[in-house]
Amino acid sequence: MIEYLEPLINGILLGGLYGVVGIGLSMVFGIMRQVNLAHGDLMILSSYFSLLFLQVLGLHPLVTLILVAPLMFFIGYLIQLFLFNRVMQRGMEPFLMISFGLSIIIQNALLLVFTPDARSLETTLVIKSVDAFGLFNIPLIYLVNFAAGALVLGALQQFMKRTYMGWAINAAADNETAAKLMGINPKKVYAYAMGIAAVTAAISGVLVGMTFTFYPHSGTQYLIIAFGVVIIGGLGSLPGTFLGGLVLGVSQLFGGRILGPGFQLLSGYIILLIILTVRPQGILGGR
Amino acid sequence: MPVLELKEVDAYYGELQALFKVNLEVHRGRIVSVLGANGAGKSTLLKSICGLLESRSGSIFFDGKRIDGLSPHLIVDLGLSLVPEGRKIFSSLTVRENLMIGSYTPKARKDSLETLKNILEFFPSLRARISQKGTDLSGGEQQMLAIGRALMSRPRFIIFDEISLGLSPLVVKELYKAVKKINQEGMSVVLVEQDVKRSLKVADFAYILQEGKVTLKGNPRYLTEETVRKAYFGI
Repeated sequence: MIEYLEPLINGILLGGLYGVVGIGLSMVFGIMRQVNLAHGDLMILSSYFSLLFLQVLGLHPLVTLILVAPLMFFIGYLIQLFLFNRVMQRGMEPFLMISFGLSIIIQNALLLVFTPDARSLETTLVIKSVDAFGLFNIPLIYLVNFAAGALVLGALQQFMKRTYMGWAINAAADNETAAKLMGINPKKVYAYAMGIAAVTAAISGVLVGMTFTFYPHSGTQYLIIAFGVVIIGGLGSLPGTFLGGLVLGVSQLFGGRILGPGFQLLSGYIILLIILTVRPQGILGGR
Repeated sequence: MPVLELKEVDAYYGELQALFKVNLEVHRGRIVSVLGANGAGKSTLLKSICGLLESRSGSIFFDGKRIDGLSPHLIVDLGLSLVPEGRKIFSSLTVRENLMIGSYTPKARKDSLETLKNILEFFPSLRARISQKGTDLSGGEQQMLAIGRALMSRPRFIIFDEISLGLSPLVVKELYKAVKKINQEGMSVVLVEQDVKRSLKVADFAYILQEGKVTLKGNPRYLTEETVRKAYFGI
């Protein structure tokens, strides 16, 4: 029994990170009914921004977020305002195409500027670990990831419940016409929401960059994780996204422990398929 | 000078013309009733006023300012608020959040908590349900919520679209009392209704629409049942 405690705990901790990876995708879908294929690339773009500030200014990767987060908010805001808002009324396809194009542009721009070499945001958090009940070690970075993930989701939840912008985002998602009658400009609200989604990408990008190595094309890999998280947890639901992250993290590490390390990714997606069959709307998804 | 004035307004859905040279005036502090059968153009008229539908010709003035062509959120900010048909309560917001979102405009935001207090005094039944989902309320309560939400923007002018649709006579009576009270507090009111009798009883002035045209207007006291019927149905 005790041998399964390690993948369980590490899986939960990894799941916290997966939760933040998925949250931006989930938000955009929940609010605009659109899928942003560039979400993973916005993450990795943030990883490289962080790398830049780390090298130039000598900051700790987590501290670079003070610069990366507002920068990404701005980028997300502008992308929505000038690209996505033009096609919001035309169904899902144009949005998918634009975001796919954006994904290609970001990947190739990163390739051009940073070369295809593997990078990571170096920090001592990676080599430190915490002793768990004298049985095994938990990498400290996993704890940081989980804490950050829980914090981001909690903060987002509070933002949506307590601020005018949070209410306006929900109102515009519910009924755009009625929202206009409240004095809300839906286009601005969507831009704000995309900005927030990009901030979650910034945070997950920095966390991922500290935990794993990344390349210019790593975005796709995280987009797939985000899809997994969001499908398991339920599209558009914030607590669902966190839960989805945990389920995916735990099932990956359990699969890795039982079937061997090569099966880690596969076992995650097998659980995904099972949930998709049994509960297609996701664990906490409505409708 | 009228608070709201429409001059020769034409409106279209695509190629289909829905309003034909509509002229309409609402004076300060009045209750004006707009009547008409289904498809007479009442909703189109409201959409044109609120900026949800761009009128193709003619002009609309609110408080002396030309508002046709303005975006809906800017018109709300000027002090014109609509209680939409079917209430359109936001399903993912609670009663309190539904009310608060009504005070989204910068002007209304400053005193929003004060306004909220007044509205909960005005509709005490909402207070008991303040943390429930807005859409979990009964039809009558939802209508009160929609009215309260519109009042949260501290409008000077308020339009009610089909306020009594699908509600029991008792509830409707109460809602009309609220409308009168709102009017007594100084707001100009437009009532768009299918319930002709009740609407004419409270109105200072009435317009009757048929097929996108104003077929009759006047003080309800001087309108006979026969002329109203003729203007309403065309027979």
